[in-house]
Formats: sequence, structure tokens, C-alpha cells
Amino acid sequence: MGPPDLEIYLDNAATTRPHPEVIRAVTAALSEEFGNPSSLHGKGVAAERMITAAREAVARSLGVAPNEIVFTSGGTEANNLAISGVALHARGRHILTGAVEHSSVLAPIRRLSEHGFEVTEIPVDSEGRVNPQSISAALRLDTALVSIMAVNNELGTIQPIEDIGHVIRSHKARGGKAIFHVDAVQAWGKVRLRPAAAGIDLLAVSGHKVHGPKGIGALYVRKGIRLASMQAGGDQERGIRPGTENVPGIAGIGAAAALVQADLGALAARVSSLRDRLREHLGAISDIRVNTPMNGIAPHILNVSFAGVRGETLLHRLEQEGIYVSTGSACHSHDPTPSHVLLAIGLSPDVAVTSLRFSLSRDTTIEDIDAAATAVRAAVAELRTLVR
Amino acid sequence: MTAHFLIRYGEIALKGANQRFFQEALIRNLRRSVEDLGSVEVRLSFGRIIVDVNAEPADAADRLRRVFGVVSMSPVRIVEPSLDAIIDAAVAMVQDTLVLRPNIQTFKVDTRRADKRFPTPSMAASSEIGAAIQQRFPDLRARMKDPDLLVEVEIRDAAYLATETIPGPGGLPTGTGGTALALLSGGIDSPVAAWLVARRGMTIVPVYFHSFPFTSDRAKEKVIDLCRVLASYAGPLSAWVVFFTEIQRAIQLQVSEALRVLAMRRMMMRISDVLATRERAQALITGESVGQVASQTVESIAVINAATRLPILRPLIGSDKTEIVARAEAIGTYEISIRPFPDCCSLFVPAHPRTHPTVEELEAAESTFDIGSLVHEAVERGERVTISAQGEQVSAVAGRPAGP
Repeated sequence: MGPPDLEIYLDNAATTRPHPEVIRAVTAALSEEFGNPSSLHGKGVAAERMITAAREAVARSLGVAPNEIVFTSGGTEANNLAISGVALHARGRHILTGAVEHSSVLAPIRRLSEHGFEVTEIPVDSEGRVNPQSISAALRLDTALVSIMAVNNELGTIQPIEDIGHVIRSHKARGGKAIFHVDAVQAWGKVRLRPAAAGIDLLAVSGHKVHGPKGIGALYVRKGIRLASMQAGGDQERGIRPGTENVPGIAGIGAAAALVQADLGALAARVSSLRDRLREHLGAISDIRVNTPMNGIAPHILNVSFAGVRGETLLHRLEQEGIYVSTGSACHSHDPTPSHVLLAIGLSPDVAVTSLRFSLSRDTTIEDIDAAATAVRAAVAELRTLVR
Repeated sequence: MTAHFLIRYGEIALKGANQRFFQEALIRNLRRSVEDLGSVEVRLSFGRIIVDVNAEPADAADRLRRVFGVVSMSPVRIVEPSLDAIIDAAVAMVQDTLVLRPNIQTFKVDTRRADKRFPTPSMAASSEIGAAIQQRFPDLRARMKDPDLLVEVEIRDAAYLATETIPGPGGLPTGTGGTALALLSGGIDSPVAAWLVARRGMTIVPVYFHSFPFTSDRAKEKVIDLCRVLASYAGPLSAWVVFFTEIQRAIQLQVSEALRVLAMRRMMMRISDVLATRERAQALITGESVGQVASQTVESIAVINAATRLPILRPLIGSDKTEIVARAEAIGTYEISIRPFPDCCSLFVPAHPRTHPTVEELEAAESTFDIGSLVHEAVERGERVTISAQGEQVSAVAGRPAGP
């Protein structure tokens, strides 16, 4: 049982391979610019300069001002900071969120609901999409926060965040004061994000989903939004996120942001055509259900249920062929209960546990897709003979 | 720094003519448990064992307190057997203890003379030492019943002072009771069963039946981690990871659903038979208890037993689940066992297993198997791994020396 000869990595929604430019930037920050950005001497200034450049790169990829970017330890912290940071200052006690949000959004909101906040969970349609009209209907004068993801991490479904932003704006014109938070961890680098134009107040991104390092993320905080810090300390990141900056991580996310900025359009077209090719190949297998919708989707995710085959068993069978996929979002794939996202779009628990998520990246090739599809076909046939 | 420990052992002191054999095994195991920490000396002294080890006292204590055969132990100070030296050491120890446990209000001194040549009788020595402690720490009160702090003084070749008694696991030293294969599933019960038998002095060789891709490699990691906990008590051990995938496949394809679990258990027994010969093991250990699940009825046990020539030790046979969980928590295996990676038993559990099977029924179900070659392949494609509390190492594949 030696290691397989080829390696096809199709779990890019879990994490991505760091790009050589990212590795170079992180290495330079570790080996050359080890100064503390708060130090007064030249070493500190050099480190601070790296942070400034990275902040500008992240800001540029979102079309916002550099001073609207706060670095965090990742997407989870950025979402937590946005949600709890708003709640601590809010006068309203009502929160709106979607049924298919990531656990780093649902969990802090659930915690707030235990502390007196009222939460309305907006259901999704069979494609996993929130209807802006449902948001409009649920908004109240005491709604403090609306939190909706930009791209669903299991299905790839794009949420109509611009329309939701519009709904919230009209609500504000009538006296509402809801703040709009968007978890854009799966969207950054895959779809065009312009938070300022979309009426978004807070937007979270993560480094390692776009070939950057793990342990670094960022939160866009629109100018004028008051956010309580979750930890007390120095005045780094304008006091919103105190603590000596993760300079190597920040340098890495800066390099990743430059890639995001440089080739978003071309890349999205190439990756989505590979995703469509995979969809077509897998479509030849009997008794499957493609859970990712046809339209309004990010380029990199394809979720498929294979009737009668446990997702986990198929995953390990594919692993023997050197093909790496996921049974759902990596954060809860150790948990044997079916995915809340797949249940929310109407799958039965029995079908939900037969699902696999294939997720692509800029590194994926046409050969990868063809080989993976052939292997999936063979593995599904083999395992179906065992479980009837 | 050198840390000193006084080790008390109970049962083995009673083992008559074999006493020396048991003591030597215990001394060997105590030495081995700490020898990677620093230079170590272990010696017998009037029915106790004294360990001197050049290491952090807390690190050494954590190793020694797990060694099978240890009833209890105390970190000790060793001074010359004179009343003045003992008093100085006792006062210093009380002072150290008060730093860690400032709430202490009452104390007692308990002196025992193993060496009766010491001139002061035990009671008189206790009261002189007590008076000196009282004088130095006026806030402390002497109290004979339930004192907050007990200062124990044992006078032997030297004087040994202790303020703390740490319970050990008891039992008999590893290596004094033969060898048994312990079938580990990754669940809660089987590691507890293995531990209980190991505590009776048997050398255990864990066996895990790996069914990748039906079970995750994390399920295997989990069993390796369980073996590390067992090794922290029993010392380094050899374990087998059997290649069970093809057997699992054959059973899924050829055996009716209701009999699959039993067919699987019987194949495990046959493989264990072969491994037992290689490992010179005389028995198998399983975590079964009667009636806990459908496949553990007494009829099922009979059908499983019929597949092996070896005795199957089932130390949990009469235990309730809550008792097993409590023991697993105390040993330190529970947290690992509840990690959510299904083992091959839980993945293929049929909805309605047979509860009153017969051997004839199983033999008929297995009639299409080429049992000999399935067993051979499972062993030859398996791995033999050496595992210590500190880590693991693949030492050989299929009993052959590891390749380059």
C-alpha cells in the first residue's frame, strides 16, 4: 500500500497550496524583517512598511481604502469580530442571518441569542439561496445586524448580496440602523467583490483559501462603523485588534491579495469551465444528484450526492488513488451528523451523508479533472456492489 | 537534580518462593520507565524500593506512578539517620509544602523504624520532630486524626521523609504473566480490557484490524494513541495493524447481513491465532461484556470462541458501561476513544444482527471463503509497530525486517 503515484488535490475550499510568491513573502518577513512594527527604530519601520504594502494590496482587491482593513488571525476571527463587535455597541437586539451560514457565523450569533438577542434565521431555496425579499420582510427597526455569506462553502451558491445591500439601504432610509456583515471567505478571489458599492459594512476574508498562509485573515470595516474590540491591549490595527502583528502572515496575505487582484476574471472563467467539465463527467454516473446549482455559482465548487455510498468511504477510496476531496466543509467533516447546508436545501439525512464536495483552484488542470472523474466513476461502482 | 522516591508494593511481597522474581521485574520496570530522563538507581530496602533518578521530580513521579506493581509511592528526602538531620529535613519539607498548600492548618509526624538500631523509639522521635515543626511554624497545630499534612519518617539504612503519598495502579509487574494479544477496536471497552489484563503482569501485544478505505487512517491513529497510553503503564509494546480490507469486502459480498459482525469477529480470531504463534502469545483479550450489544449474547460468544484454539480473556464480562467508562477515564483512554472516527465494527453494523447464532450457521456462511489465504494476506500486508509512551515507530512489516 505505497503512496499513490499521482496527487490530485480537489479540496481547495478547505485550503489551498501556498503560491511561490506567498512563500517568498512569508520567508522574507521571517528571515529579514523580524522587527516589531511598533518599535521606533529602523527595524520596526521596515516591518511596518511590509504591513502597509500588504494592507494596500488587500484593500485594492476589494476596491476599498487601506485604513478600512483590519488584519485578524483568519476568517473565523474576522467573522467573530464583526458579529460580536457590532453587537456590543448595538442599540437594537435583533439579528438576521441565513440558514446555510458557516459555523464561524452561526456560533457567535447563537451565543448572542443566549445573551438576549433575538435571531431570525432566513431560510434558503433548493439552490441554497436567500431571497432578498425575505430579508426585507424580516427587517425591523431594532435589527442591529444582518449577516449573509457571499458564497456558500459547501454548494458554491452565490448569495444576492448586492440586492440585500439595496434592501438594507432602503430600510435605513426609513429609520433602520442594521449593519450588513458579509462572510466572503469562499468568495474572495473567486467572484468580484466591491463591498462599498454593495452597501456592505463589514466583510471577512481569509488568506489560506487563496493560496496564502493559514492563521491570517482580514476584516473590511467601512469607515464610520464602530466596532468593539474582542481583546484589550495596545493600539495595533487601530485598537480594534490589539496584539503584535503577525508580520509573516500579513506579508503572505498581501502576496495572495495581489494574485487575487491580478487575474480574477481569467481565472474564474478557466476554473468554472473545469468545474463544468467535472459536472458533465460525473453526470454519466447513475443515481447521482448534483447539489450545486447551474447558475449563480462561484467557479470552484461542485457538490454531488452518490446514492447508496457513504461520502466518507468514497473519500477514503479516492484517497487510495491519490485524489483528495471533502465530505463537506472541513470544519465539521469529522462530525458524523449530516451537513446543515444540505439539510437546508431539502436533502434527507440519508442522501446528505452520501455527498462529496469537489473544489478546484488555479492549480487544477484538465488532466486532473478527467482522471478524477474516471476514478470516481470506478470507485462508486465498486462501493455500490458492497453496500447494495 | 536528583529526585528520590520510596515505592510501596503489596501483593508481590506475598508471592512466597517467587518473591524475588516479582521484585526483580518491578525493579527492572521502574528503571525502564524513567531511564530516558536521566541516570537512575533502583534498590531494595527492607520491603520497599528506593528510586534515585536524575530528573525533574514531577516528570519522574508521573512515570513511576503508572508502573504495574506499585501500590503507592512518595517523593522522599534522604538524610543520615540522626535526629538532628531528620528535624532539619522535616522543617524544610514543611516549609516547601506550605508554599504549595498555604491552607494547611494541622499536621502529624509518623515515624517508623525498620532499623531498630536507631536509638530513639518511634513515638519519642515523632514528638521531638513535631515539637521542632511547631516551634518553627507557630500557626500549625498538631493533630492525630485527619491532619492536613502528614510527615512520614521511615528510618532504614538512612532516614526517608515524605509529605505526600501518590497511589499507584497496583497489580503485578509487566513481564511476569506471559503474553496475550489484545484486540483493540478504538472504542471505549477494548483498551480498558487490555489494561486490566496488563495490570495482572501479562505482556500485551495490541492488534488492530484496519479496513481503509472503509475506515479512516485517523481511526488507526486513534488506536496508536490508545497504545501509547497503554505503554505509559506497561512499557514499550509491539502492536499489529492487520490489513483487514479484503476480508471486510469478502464478508460484505458473501455473508448475509445478520451474520456479518460474527463472521468478522471469527476472522479476527483466526488472524489472532496466527499472530499469537509469531508473538508467542498464549491468550487473546477482548472488551466484550455479556449482552452489551446484540453480538455479545452468550451464544455469540460461543460462536466466536469456536474460531480460535486460544483462551479468550474477557475481563469486562460482568461490567456495566458506566463502570467501564469510569475506568477508561481514570486510565486516560476515554478522551481518545470518543474521538468520532468509526472503527470497522461500527461502520458495518447491521440493523438486525443474529442474537442466537450457531456455529453450523456461521460455518455455512463462511463456506465460500478461502479462509487460509484471506488470513495469510491480512497478516502479510499488516504492519508491526513498536510503540512507547513517547511515540511510535514502524519496526517491521509483516514480521519481516523493515525495508529501506
